[in-house]
Amino acid sequence: MTTELSALYQEMILDHNKRPRNFRRLEGAAHHADGYNPLCGDRVTVYLDMEGETLREVTFEGSGCAISKASASMMTESVKGKTRPQAEALFAAFHELVTGQKGGFEGADARGAAGPAPALGKLVVFSGVREFPVRVKCATLAWHTLRAAFLDRSVEKVSTE
Amino acid sequence: MKIAARTRDAAPRRRTPSAFDVDRIRGDFPALHQMVRGKPLVYLDNAATSHKPRAVIDAVSHFYERDNSNIHRGLHELSERATAAYELARSKVRRFLGAEDDHQIIFVRGTTEAINLVAQTYGRRHVEEGDEVLITTMEHHSNIVPWQLLCEEKNARLIVAPISDSGEILLDEFEKLLSPRTRIVSVVHVSNSMGTVNPVKHIIGLAHARGIPVLVDGAQAGPHLAIDVRDLGCDFYAISGHKMFGPTGIGALYGKAALLEAMPPYQGGGDMISSVTFTKTVYNKVPHRFEAGTPNIAGAIGLGAAIDYLESIDHAARAGYENDLLAYMMASLSRIPGVKLIGTAHDKISVQSFTLDGVHPHDIGTILDQEGVAIRAGHHCTQPLMERFGLPATARASIAFYNTREEIDALAAGIRRVREVFA
Repeated sequence: MTTELSALYQEMILDHNKRPRNFRRLEGAAHHADGYNPLCGDRVTVYLDMEGETLREVTFEGSGCAISKASASMMTESVKGKTRPQAEALFAAFHELVTGQKGGFEGADARGAAGPAPALGKLVVFSGVREFPVRVKCATLAWHTLRAAFLDRSVEKVSTE
Repeated sequence: MKIAARTRDAAPRRRTPSAFDVDRIRGDFPALHQMVRGKPLVYLDNAATSHKPRAVIDAVSHFYERDNSNIHRGLHELSERATAAYELARSKVRRFLGAEDDHQIIFVRGTTEAINLVAQTYGRRHVEEGDEVLITTMEHHSNIVPWQLLCEEKNARLIVAPISDSGEILLDEFEKLLSPRTRIVSVVHVSNSMGTVNPVKHIIGLAHARGIPVLVDGAQAGPHLAIDVRDLGCDFYAISGHKMFGPTGIGALYGKAALLEAMPPYQGGGDMISSVTFTKTVYNKVPHRFEAGTPNIAGAIGLGAAIDYLESIDHAARAGYENDLLAYMMASLSRIPGVKLIGTAHDKISVQSFTLDGVHPHDIGTILDQEGVAIRAGHHCTQPLMERFGLPATARASIAFYNTREEIDALAAGIRRVREVFA
């Protein structure tokens, strides 16, 4: 496998693709949204339950490539227990990781006030996506859908990164 | 696989010896000879677009370097040359499709525009509230959405004929759906997702027996089949230049003369009129009535060059080679554990969709790309067809006559690589 390819399909990504975590419908979820990428047909639904300001439970359903599925799976693990501003700040940092650019998407400005960039933790396994521009949308679909779920709206079309 | 023999209007052909010389053909296509990701390019995305032979590239360059001018209006030498070249290209398309008269060929941007043109002119004039337009499950979005737009506007119904699990139109069901309210049938000749060659002549017969006209979407037939619109009997036939080794942004619509004559204009503008005053405009004659504005002159000339090129190769030898290569590809893919072929019609050409257990088609596409192998992964602009098979997407390899068995071997090796990554 080429270096770029092994950087893209890291073990942890392949594992989350094969055994996605929190991969279920959340009955009675307070918020949910559907994300759809019309270019490749990837679909994801993200469900949230809040406890005050904190994300108490986050789950997802859908179909997509290994990158989009693993990204959704690891996102649910990463944002659980965080507040909405913390989750949004994490998205901003993740977005920068996979595109190599600061900002550049809807709502990015809102994150300026969140203070220093949060630690990405194991999400750094997605750094290889940067070398595959056409796959950036796969990695960010679940995150865009999470943001939409806060607002209870659908992401008909994920913005071009 | 059947190839209709072309008996009328055949262009003079340079007969190749019995064996098809793929090396010589490959030499005609500059873009095939390059490294991608450090590997020799293996281009198996021909159903999306084909590469262009040197002859086409040269014809377009020659036009811009020598004859560049507007058509049908200049009194000068260059305009005469440009007009002659453009109209000669129309004549080549007419011959390629087996039509009687050059006036039956309308230059458009491609198959999509051709279908929109018919929907917005013939369709708007003949489809009324409660009427029906009949298509099939395997249509490309470009043969669905123009009719949906028409049906929404007219409060008409879009009726969809079902297909079998192997990807063939269920003809009995199709026939039952031809109703007294059916105003037009629009059907694809060759499926872009599955390669199915539909029995369009039979379908046209069924429709004509009830007085219903038929449009055939020939986007994928152009690069592979010998098309004869008179033998088929179709009322409209649409092709795209870029699928058949010509430039992008040019295609053609064939129509029966009586239908074209009776159709209102599509777009208004220059070249489609014979006189304009603010109270009345008299439209130009067919086909110019449908070609408003300065057309894609260089594109038309390039398409004409692509047709000359195709006609310089013995068609039976080419079709035989392609069919052998498709059989080899289907057999190679079938031997890979976990691969499932989508689209296994008895009569099919050039295209194979497939899935691989536990691996999304996009991941297949990305990994193959790293091996220099270009395929398409996605819904192929046939989302209703994907839904019919319960799939979000497929991987699709599609061949042209310049592909080789070695390239199919590279595809198969790449897919085995995908299995290793996702083991």
